[in-house]
This record gives sequence, structure tokens and C-alpha cells, in this order.
Amino acid sequence: MDQPSPTVPAVYDDAIVKKFAWATMIWGFVGMLVGVIIALELAYWPTNLSIPYITFGRLRPLHTNAVIFAFGGNIVFAGIYYSMQRLMKVRMWNDILSNFHFWGWQAIIVSAALTLPLGLTEGKEYAELIWPIDVAIAVVWVAFAINFFGTIAIRKVAHLYVAIWFYMSFVITIPVLHIVNSLAVPATLTRSYPIYSGMTDALVQWWYGHNAVGFFLTTPFLGLMYYFLPRAAERPVYSYRLSIIHFWGLVFLYIWAGPHHLLYSGLPDWAQTLGMVFSIMLLAPSWGGMLNGLLTLRGAWDRLRTDPVLKFYVVGVSFYGMSTFEGPMMSIRAVNALAHYTSWVVGHVHSGALGWNGMVTFGTLYWLLPRLYKRPLYSTDLATLHFWIATIGIVLYTISMWAGGLNEGLMARAIDDHGQLLYPMWKDIITRLQPFYWVRFGGGLLFLSGVVLMLFNAAMTAFGPTTQSAPGAAPAK
Amino acid sequence: MSNFHRDNIEPRSVVMAVLTTVLISIGGLVEIVPLFTSAGPPPMDGIKPLTALEITGRDIYLREGCYVCHSQMVRPFRSETLRYGPWSRGGEYVYDHPFQLGSRRTGPDLARVGSKYPDSWHFEHMADARQTSDGSIMPKYPWLFEWTIDPAQTQATMLALSRVGVPYTEAQIASAPADMKTQATKIVTGLTAAGYDTTEDKEIVAVIAYLQQLGVNARASIEAEQAKTGGTK
Ligand code: HEM
Ligand code: HEM
Repeated sequence: MDQPSPTVPAVYDDAIVKKFAWATMIWGFVGMLVGVIIALELAYWPTNLSIPYITFGRLRPLHTNAVIFAFGGNIVFAGIYYSMQRLMKVRMWNDILSNFHFWGWQAIIVSAALTLPLGLTEGKEYAELIWPIDVAIAVVWVAFAINFFGTIAIRKVAHLYVAIWFYMSFVITIPVLHIVNSLAVPATLTRSYPIYSGMTDALVQWWYGHNAVGFFLTTPFLGLMYYFLPRAAERPVYSYRLSIIHFWGLVFLYIWAGPHHLLYSGLPDWAQTLGMVFSIMLLAPSWGGMLNGLLTLRGAWDRLRTDPVLKFYVVGVSFYGMSTFEGPMMSIRAVNALAHYTSWVVGHVHSGALGWNGMVTFGTLYWLLPRLYKRPLYSTDLATLHFWIATIGIVLYTISMWAGGLNEGLMARAIDDHGQLLYPMWKDIITRLQPFYWVRFGGGLLFLSGVVLMLFNAAMTAFGPTTQSAPGAAPAK
Repeated sequence: MSNFHRDNIEPRSVVMAVLTTVLISIGGLVEIVPLFTSAGPPPMDGIKPLTALEITGRDIYLREGCYVCHSQMVRPFRSETLRYGPWSRGGEYVYDHPFQLGSRRTGPDLARVGSKYPDSWHFEHMADARQTSDGSIMPKYPWLFEWTIDPAQTQATMLALSRVGVPYTEAQIASAPADMKTQATKIVTGLTAAGYDTTEDKEIVAVIAYLQQLGVNARASIEAEQAKTGGTK
């Protein structure tokens, strides 16, 4: 059914999947290039050349928006359009809506890439985009949602497969978060001020922010895992019952955890405690998902040696397990006291972002490309090289940030025998961090190089000479 | 349970969608709604909306993304109160739209930086942070010394803020250009006396005005409260 053979029913719209796949790779490159630039700006500040448009304060939001909403968003859409048609056994309900979704989403990304360096921002982390773009996001999302539910309505299969549940939670929850968090009164065409004040604004923002992690970077990616991993491993999902429990667990528990970003703040204590308790509970359904993914490979472990898709997936799902263990630990007040405000959080973020989202994205792309173009992957060796470069990059990135973050946290709180600060000068902390910043830059550069390899491999697979049988090319599966 | 799910939920996409919507709503409603009622942090005494010049500086603070490196929230730990000053109360932020607590301290916290240094310190520090703070990795901001502020923009800001609940009166909004001029002149006079060259219409003046009020009212209010109750910190 999923095999790229002439028997694939012509009804499926794979052109839209190709578009989203290319958008993923191109924006992934751009977003991570910006990541590498800001990493260099922290290691060596004159990198910004004193040009306002590329200072750290303006580029960092561009990085976060590009990698989450452009890189992450496009792969999720690619995966949804590919898998949902096959799971429903129908073409997407409406091609015009599919294309409106694609071009609308890219237009939003381009406007983000133009406005953020210009300093046009709402000043809320992960929700920086100015109000006209916010409106556009809502409109495009509604079009996507109509198409999504329209396709479900005309499906030729009675049951909704588990991947679809996860996609559905994404389609429903993201607009709720986005609209509630973005409510604001415009001052001009490019500036607006949120209707919420102070701590309320902070709570609404982190309710949004944490659930962007939950429903943008987690549930739709789990949907991808539930569709692509069993196909790549040629094994059914390990446990159906587990997938039911952990799905509903995640959907219910995630929403509560936002206040773990506001521990020891002016937020009322009861809200902080709720955030902490629910974050710790999140460990269970998160690990349920990880185990269900890893155990799906039972009996197929030997294929790991040869199949880069499985390599990416296994490391991806393992990092998911790691960051969802670390997250609940960091939600414990005493641990958060040390970690908050430091590079440790940045390490946590990227173990999830590079390790989980990045690796799952790459695995999905390597699985999709030969099937979309009905040609073998240009080079399995290059894909394997990409895997190793990316893995080393992640290790360098996360270890340097964990180590740097611990240094930072311990130095900032150190008090001497006389009850005075041991490191009263901020300079002491900055100087200590410099080597870690350089290592992170190196790790990031490696990770980015992997993306370049993938772009090349993808272009050769799609557009390379047809007759060649490249060295190391995988046989079409 | 698996059977029930398979037979009664999975074939019914509407049931599934409604159930999902209900489940994702509960946590948010329980946590957020009470903050609009008396369960939210009470406004702190003595906290006032920013002046026209200060709010202009705040818009620049947002534009430059200062919040990605600087927090504005001192936590209730000895190491933080020693380094920065009294820990931050929820009621300090009632006029903050958007909030600027920050999440990453690449640079130090700014919640209590107001009146810690003279205006001239900020003037030098924004031009080149290395002049005042050896080893700093903060960017230079030369354009703040060239780009000018536009009082009409400030009035638009104040009008929008008044609509979301910051108590700016019509009279205050109308007199904003004049008020900005008055406050800017004070700052520029001081800077000129100290040998620094700038004019009232430059962005740097608004930024200094914003930075110099950060935490000043809150600190005064906290200290007054402590004097009354004899508390510490
Ligand atoms: C080449 C790869 C990458 C590099 C070099 C990189 C670099 C950076 C740097 C330097 C920062 C700022 C850290 C700080 O302020 O101390 C950052 C923040 C961030 N990055 Fe990346 N990044 C990369 C890939 C990604 C990817 C793929 C994602 C998401 C899918 C991501 C998500 C984020 C987020 C969410 C933050 C904000 C973290 C926070 O506020 O704590 N990054 N990144
Ligand atoms: C059970 C799951 C998780 C929990 C309970 C959790 C918890 C946390 C905690 C406590 C923080 C630190 C907040 C602070 O002190 O500032 C944090 C930050 C963050 N986490 Fe997680 N985490 C989880 C999973 C993940 C995953 C899988 C990802 C990425 C794919 C992720 C992305 C982030 C981001 C982007 C931030 C930085 C927010 C910021 O300060 O800008 N988290 N998380």
C-alpha cells in the first residue's frame, strides 16, 4: 500500500507532500544557519558587525520561529498530508485548500523573516510575530483544519489510526493557544499590546509556550512516529493499549504544566505548584510513547545497521525520552532554582529540538524522498554520514550547554564564608562560559553540515540523472 | 478498555475531537481564569504607569529584543537579593503589556537596575558595553545615538495601552510630546554637564529614561512596607 510502485493509487496528492518536504529542508537550513550565527555571536560578540538587523536580540527570535514553525511545521504538514491520505484511503478533501495552506504558510514564514530582523515584534517569546501575521496564521490554520476534518469526513476507513489522534490534537490545540495568547490591541499596523497584564500575561504566554512544545513539537511528531516508524521497521506498533493511555494522558496533562516556566516568580504559589506536579506526572505518558516507539523495533534491531531511517528514528525517540525525563526533573522547584535562566535550559531545549524533532524529521524525509520520487535514495552512505555528523553535533551541543549551565547556575548562587557573593562580577560568569559557547558553535555547525548533506542527497534523488545507479544507493523498497 | 475505545471512540471523529477539546481546556481554565479574579497578584502600592518618554524607551527595549538576554525577575534567594535587590513581587508588573520577565540570563537581571548607575554609565554602556563592563559580550548599539523618537508613535502606544487597562488619561496622551521633551531635557542636561554629547530627540535618551525607572517604585514600596512591619530583605 505504501510502496512506491505503480500500484500506488493515482488519487493521492503527493505534489503537496513534495512541496512541504522541500520547504522543510530549505527553512531548516535557513533557521539553523541563523542558529549557528547567533551561537557565534555569543562566542564572539563582534560577529554582529554592529548592524542592527543582525544583532542577537533580533536574530534569536528569528531562529526560534524559523526552526519551530518553518522547519518543524513544514515536516509535520508533509507527514500529515502523506500519511493521512493513505490512512483514510482518500485524496485530501480539497486541493485548493491544501495549496492555500502551503503557500499561506510559506508567506507567513517569509514575512517573519523580514519583520523580525527589522525589530517588528510583540516581545513575547515564541509569539513575537506582529498582529497582522498573527491574523494570517489563524486564517491559514482554519483552512488547514477544514481540509483535515473534511478528509476525515470522506474517509473510506472506519477507524481512526493512532497517528490521526495525535494530528487531531495538534490541529485543534494550536489555534486555541495561538488565538488566546495573541489577543492584543493594535497601536499601529506593526505594533500591538496584549490585553493581559504582568503576571497574567506571563502565565498565558507560558501556557502557550509550553504547549507549543506539547502540541507543536511533541504530539504531531508522535503522530509521525506512529505512522513512519512501524512502516520503516515493518512491524506493527508495540502496544495498542499503551498508545490509547499515553495519548489521552498527554492531551490532558500537558496543558497544566506551563507554570514550570514561572517558578519562584510572582505567580501565586498554588499555580506554581500545579505546574510542578503536572510536569512530573507528564513523565509517565511521555515515556509510554517512547517505549511504544522503541519496542516497535522488537526483532528488527539488526536493520538498524543498514537502514539510516531507523537510525534517525531510534536516536530521535531516545532523545525524546531523555528530554521528557529531564523536563520533569527541571520542574522540581529545587532543581529549577539552579537551572532556570542558565544554558542548562538551552541544553534541554536542543536535546529535544535537535535530538527528537531534528532526527525524526530527517528520518521521515529519508523515508519519504524515494517514495515521493519513485527512485532509490541517491546515497545511503551520505545519509548514514549525515546521521553520524548530526549525532556528534547534538552531543557536543547538549553536553557543552549542560556543563556551561551548571557552571553558570553554581557561580551565580555561590556565597563565601562572609555571606557575600563569591562571583559578584558578571564578567566572571561570562568568561567561564566562553569555551562552552565555542563547543556549542562547533556542534551546531556539524548539525548544519548534516542538513547540507541531506539537501544534496535529496536534490540528487529528485533531480539527478535517471539512469545512474549511485554507489551505495539503496534498492527501492 | 481497548475494546471500548476501538468500538466507540475511534470510529467517531466528532466524539474524538470534542473529547480532545474538552481535555485540553480544563488545565488552562483552572489555572488562568482565577488570575482575572481576586486570586491574581494584587497591584503593588506606588506602582505607576511609565511616563511617555519611558514607555518610548520600553518600545525600543522590545524592538531590540533585550529580553532574550536580560530577565526582569529577581527570585527570592539570598544570592539574588544580594546581587540585585529585593525579590520581585507579582504586583509590580500590573502595567506591563507585554510582560518582560525573560527566561535566559545571558546578561544580569534588570528588574532593579533603575538608579543603580548614573545616566552617563548607560550612555557609555549602550555605545560600547566594554567601556563600563570589562568582558561583556553585549552588542554595541550605535544606532540608538542616531535614530530619533517620534512622539506621535508614543501617543499611539499610550492610546493602545490605555485600551488594555493602563490608566493613561486623554490629557496625558495629549501632553505626551511636551512631557517627553521636558523629561528628555533633564537627562540631556545632565549628560552634557558630564561631557556627553546628544540631543533630546535621540532614542538613547528614551532608553536611559526607561532603564533608570526599572524597579525604583517597587523597591521604595517594598522598603516602606518593611519599615512598617520590621521585616527583612
Ligand atoms: C544548527 C543547529 C542549531 C544551533 C546552532 C542553535 C543555536 C541556538 C542558540 C545559540 C540559541 C540561543 C541560546 C541562548 O540564548 O543562550 C538557541 C535558542 C533556541 N533554539 Fe536553537 N539552534 C539550533 C537548532 C535548533 C532547532 C532545530 C530548534 C527547534 C526545532 C531550536 C530551537 C531553539 C529554541 C526553542 C531556542 C530558545 C531556547 C530558550 O529560550 O531557552 N534550535 N539556539
Ligand atoms: C515531559 C516533558 C517536558 C517537561 C516537563 C519539560 C519541562 C521544562 C522545564 C522545567 C523547562 C525550564 C523552564 C525554565 O526554568 O525556564 C523547560 C524549558 C523548555 N523546554 Fe521542556 N520539558 C519537557 C519536554 C520538552 C521537549 C520534548 C522539548 C522540545 C522538543 C522541550 C522544549 C523546551 C523549550 C523550548 C524550553 C525553553 C523555554 C524558554 O525558556 O524559552 N521540552 N522545559
